[in-house]
Amino acid sequence: MEPEKEPIVRIRNLSKSYRRGSQVIPVLEDISFDIPDGEFLALMGPSGSGKSTLLNLLAGIDKADSGSIRVGGVEITTLDETALAGWRAVNVGFIFQFYNLIPVLTAFENVELPLLLTRLTRKERRTHVETALRVVGLADRMDHYPGQLSGGQQQRVAIARAVVTDPTILVADEPTGDLDRQSAGEILNLMDRLNRESGKTVVMVTHDPRAADKARSIRHLEKGVLTDADT
Amino acid sequence: MLILRLMWRNALRHRLRTFLTILGITIAILAFGLLRTVIGAWYAGVEASSASRLVTRNAISLIFPLPISYKDRIRQVDGVSIVSWGNWFGGYYIEQKNFFANFAVDMPSYLRLYPEFVLPPDQAAAAMRDRRACVVGRKLAERFGWKIGDTIVLKGTAFPGEWEFVLRGVYHGRDRSTDESQLFFHWDYLNETVKKLIPRRADQAGFYMIGVVNPSLAAEVATEIDRTFKNSLAETMTETEKAFTLGFIAMTEAIVIAIRLVSFVVIVIIMAVVANTMAMTARERIGEYAVMKTLGFGGPHIALLIFGESLVISMTGCAIGIVLTFPTAAAFADAMSQYFPIFNVEARTVWLDLAAALLVGTVAAIFPAWRAVRIGIAEGLRRIG
Repeated sequence: MEPEKEPIVRIRNLSKSYRRGSQVIPVLEDISFDIPDGEFLALMGPSGSGKSTLLNLLAGIDKADSGSIRVGGVEITTLDETALAGWRAVNVGFIFQFYNLIPVLTAFENVELPLLLTRLTRKERRTHVETALRVVGLADRMDHYPGQLSGGQQQRVAIARAVVTDPTILVADEPTGDLDRQSAGEILNLMDRLNRESGKTVVMVTHDPRAADKARSIRHLEKGVLTDADT
Repeated sequence: MLILRLMWRNALRHRLRTFLTILGITIAILAFGLLRTVIGAWYAGVEASSASRLVTRNAISLIFPLPISYKDRIRQVDGVSIVSWGNWFGGYYIEQKNFFANFAVDMPSYLRLYPEFVLPPDQAAAAMRDRRACVVGRKLAERFGWKIGDTIVLKGTAFPGEWEFVLRGVYHGRDRSTDESQLFFHWDYLNETVKKLIPRRADQAGFYMIGVVNPSLAAEVATEIDRTFKNSLAETMTETEKAFTLGFIAMTEAIVIAIRLVSFVVIVIIMAVVANTMAMTARERIGEYAVMKTLGFGGPHIALLIFGESLVISMTGCAIGIVLTFPTAAAFADAMSQYFPIFNVEARTVWLDLAAALLVGTVAAIFPAWRAVRIGIAEGLRRIG
């Protein structure tokens, strides 16, 4: 009998609150769940339910009040800022709702940006960037600035930037939220392909049931609490 | 390279704002450079003074003369090589605004003592032969369009009346720090005329200029000269030429301090302007910095971007300011040559310009960088969209 494979993400008793003046607003309360390696998970819930906060916590860009988050065997809640930055550079590819490309850099340069933190040579970086842009179908738009690309194309550049370092997990916060239906479909297909063909673990926050349909599992959050079992 | 490209392109993102900030820095550097050059011009006489020359004057004050008979006794002091003497004449040409430095000097000894006044031998010989001869600096001759052989009439102030001279020589400076805007003529001509008009003021020198054999013994020679005339009717005060010149500058020290202060205030003001630009820039890019942090860039990378952008702006303004300082200083020197006969932009001024720009660029970026580094990623990302 094969030993049970450790999940890529293990979250236990995770709580997070925000402070507004003297008022403490709980956002996540005692969350525990696992994400298996190679999963495509959609986190759904109404606005203010805490899904983006949960995504930020497991991507290591926000700090939990209590609880444990293990990603790829690393307990990230104990890492300091510098260690966390280094960990993110290697392990997390982040896709934003508004693409968040640097407007003064070309598509090629935007994708190259995270590779500056690696030890790759210039030539190796070029190969990686060209491969990533080919995967997202933008090999012919390398020298275009974000302002010269459509929303869907910008999001594809953002995906190339997210995958170029070959991270452990891809996290996406409403990746289709700013796109028309056709572009949204293309982006979801691309993420689906990355998940199926490259085995990337994808965690996606979305409002859109059509986007969630692409996921292999869905989790619902309401008022900071997971309201369902795996679906 | 990509980070450098990003700094440069970030600096050019708001072209008008960047242009205006660079313009401000350029003007500030120009003003700073010119003010420092004015201070340098103030001290030009000190720079030009020689360590092997002494000046002897009346111990009470420079306005009291010394007997001409002192020259022979000074010559006898050990260590003295040349003795020359002169009087401040204080004349002006046609009208008072045409003022320049003019002296009656013992021309043969004076020209030997001041080799930095370079005079063609034929002109020097002609000047020695003519009792009414005068010699002027190149800049002064150019200013009034004087040519060799011209008769120059000066209106005396210290020695009233109209004084006629014949221009026999035009000297040029041996180096850049030599004043080329002086006029000097034969002390004998002055003395003989004074003998007739104001006999009580005859046979008196305003000051003695003394060459010493060994500059390292200048202090001992000065002491010995003053000891020679101790308890006489006109006691002397002898000091190096540098100390003598500094004594003049000390009278106007408050002006120099004010100019120096203004030059630093200019830098502080532009520092505030650049800091404001950088604060606006960093605030607008908080979201982008958050994205970069998400990608794994740490605080030092973000700080580097902000400091780099600030330095790109300040150093560009500085470079343009330095380039413009030279023609502006040349124009200023032409217009103000009667007040500042030596007005050269020194290498030290250029280094100070660079240091000031470096300081402005660095200080202006401190607060924006501190803020950008400290802000949390999640909070930064919330500023987008």
